[in-house]
Amino acid sequence: MTPSGWQVIPSVLKPGRYFMQGDEACAEGAIAAGCNFFAGYPITPATEIMEQMARRLRGLEGRVFIQMEDEIGSIGALIGASWAGARAMTATSGPGLSLMLENLGYAIMTETPLVVVDIQRAGPSTGQATRPAQGDVMQARWGAGGDYELIVLAPWSVSEMYYETVRAFNLAERFRVPVILLGDEGIGHLREKLVVRAETEVYTRLKSPGAAPFGQAEVPPMPSFGEGEQLLVTGSTHNARGYRRTSEKEAQGELVERLGYKVSAHHQEIIRTEALLTDGEELDVLLIAFGFTARSAYRAAQELRREGLRAGLLRLATLWPFAEEAVRELASRARRVLVSEMNRGQVLREVQRLVSQARDYHRTDGEVITPGEIIAAAKGWCA
Amino acid sequence: MKPGTNASIKRMVRPEAFPTPFCPGCGHGILMGAILRAIDELGWDMKEMLFVSGIGCGGWIPSPHYAADTLHVTHGRPIAFATGAKLFNPKLKVVVIGGDGDIASIGGNHLIHGARRNVNMTVICANNGIYGMTGGQVTPTTPQGRRTVTTPEGNPERPFDLSQLLVAAGASYVARYSVYHVRQLITALKVALEHPGFSFVEALTSCPVQYGRRNDLSTPTAMLEYFRDTCVTIARARTMTQEQLKDKIIIGEFIS
Repeated sequence: MTPSGWQVIPSVLKPGRYFMQGDEACAEGAIAAGCNFFAGYPITPATEIMEQMARRLRGLEGRVFIQMEDEIGSIGALIGASWAGARAMTATSGPGLSLMLENLGYAIMTETPLVVVDIQRAGPSTGQATRPAQGDVMQARWGAGGDYELIVLAPWSVSEMYYETVRAFNLAERFRVPVILLGDEGIGHLREKLVVRAETEVYTRLKSPGAAPFGQAEVPPMPSFGEGEQLLVTGSTHNARGYRRTSEKEAQGELVERLGYKVSAHHQEIIRTEALLTDGEELDVLLIAFGFTARSAYRAAQELRREGLRAGLLRLATLWPFAEEAVRELASRARRVLVSEMNRGQVLREVQRLVSQARDYHRTDGEVITPGEIIAAAKGWCA
Repeated sequence: MKPGTNASIKRMVRPEAFPTPFCPGCGHGILMGAILRAIDELGWDMKEMLFVSGIGCGGWIPSPHYAADTLHVTHGRPIAFATGAKLFNPKLKVVVIGGDGDIASIGGNHLIHGARRNVNMTVICANNGIYGMTGGQVTPTTPQGRRTVTTPEGNPERPFDLSQLLVAAGASYVARYSVYHVRQLITALKVALEHPGFSFVEALTSCPVQYGRRNDLSTPTAMLEYFRDTCVTIARARTMTQEQLKDKIIIGEFIS
């Protein structure tokens, strides 16, 4: 049996410097994290992840790659495999994520660890498949039916496409919850440096033979099929042993509260933010950004400082649960808060919930936001 | 204890899960027993088995009744979930059980691709030609002309012949029997379970409450007599004219 909990394992890739594409780095991060099951369906701009996983998993003992008939089947296969003991991942883009959402809800309800990568493209619908966008922030958070918490990460570099994929697996296993890695076409198709460390820290779900798999513990232990546990796994409301409880209000309320609490109570462990150029002083303008847009915002903050404006950046590496504390703390030291994103204000609305005077600079035409545009927006507001 | 007997298969269920939620006269109880009898007669250990089912009355046949690993999933998707579990742990003996709405309507795409892919599993479709749990709506297997709550004037659409669909899609074992023909059904289930690759058993089952009562078959016996009088074996069908075969259901092993 695989050891449970934290362990440090040698990295699969030889340690050192690589020049790699974001999508490929995501696949390599998955391999480093011990991913041994991938099911997917082709979709631009995420297909390269599936292709790399096919190269990495096909024909190897104990590892499975399968191209399914659609995205619904892909995530379905992931859930079946995860309950059979796999560390499972799929990769898609906005329209594919839409198809996965019902089964994503099933994974939340049944506390099934898995990783879904969404390399966002310009939508809605088919939109522009090869153009970058960040329009799935709310789809990722609220797309499945019902009331729930889940974890969404937003890498901003090829390096993070690798290391945040590792973190996605660890969080999924640690909290028995699906984790969405929310990339975008800009990062997915970017090529830049990746430094692979010699060792990788991985977390494996806890097991406890005979224990209730949906029990009172915040994160109950998770047995696998074939271990003689006679598991009852169901998307219906259930008790600690998995028996359907479809009309008891206590069972419904307790389950929904625990599923939400196990994520929200551990927000400090889950939320990762990066405050750049913000050291201990009053700011004329605080920029908030994530993913590809954060690269432009970082450059913009550097330029604005050169021009005498005290600018800083809060980069959201975890999008959900939302980084309320970091936003509040930094915004309290800033005269202005400017959110930049490739959508019509999805993160802006979250920020405005905490800082009512926040404004945004956004683009929705399938072009990335440049540093110059953010600089102009910040200077225009500060003038 | 003689395998396949009531006393013997009683060890294969969770006593606390009974009584079943099925309506009086439902054919699913016969099918539930037939599947257990087949497994028991093969001498298989329930600890090695995984039953995957979706939404609808048919999905409740294994979950929570069977004392084995059970995965009760979203509507229409059990074959996709089962594919993942079987590929990752090939030692699991995987059986999918679902109704015609689950398997052939919303899950139709997974059904034909499962047959094409030929992953080793057995899919049992409890085909009663109706959405029972939601109150008696038409399904892709409701015979043309039959009345349902969404076809009060009679079903204007043609039904799928599921077994023939599965033959065309590449399933490597396909059989159809009704819950009236329970001995043949058990035999077919045993062959299907032991068959390497994707095997499919279409079990015609009775829903007197939601299907029968709108179609002059409102008692459990009327529905079983309907199967007795409507089903003809493949061998017998060969001797009959197209006219004689109208409204008949052909039963037997279509691919073995």
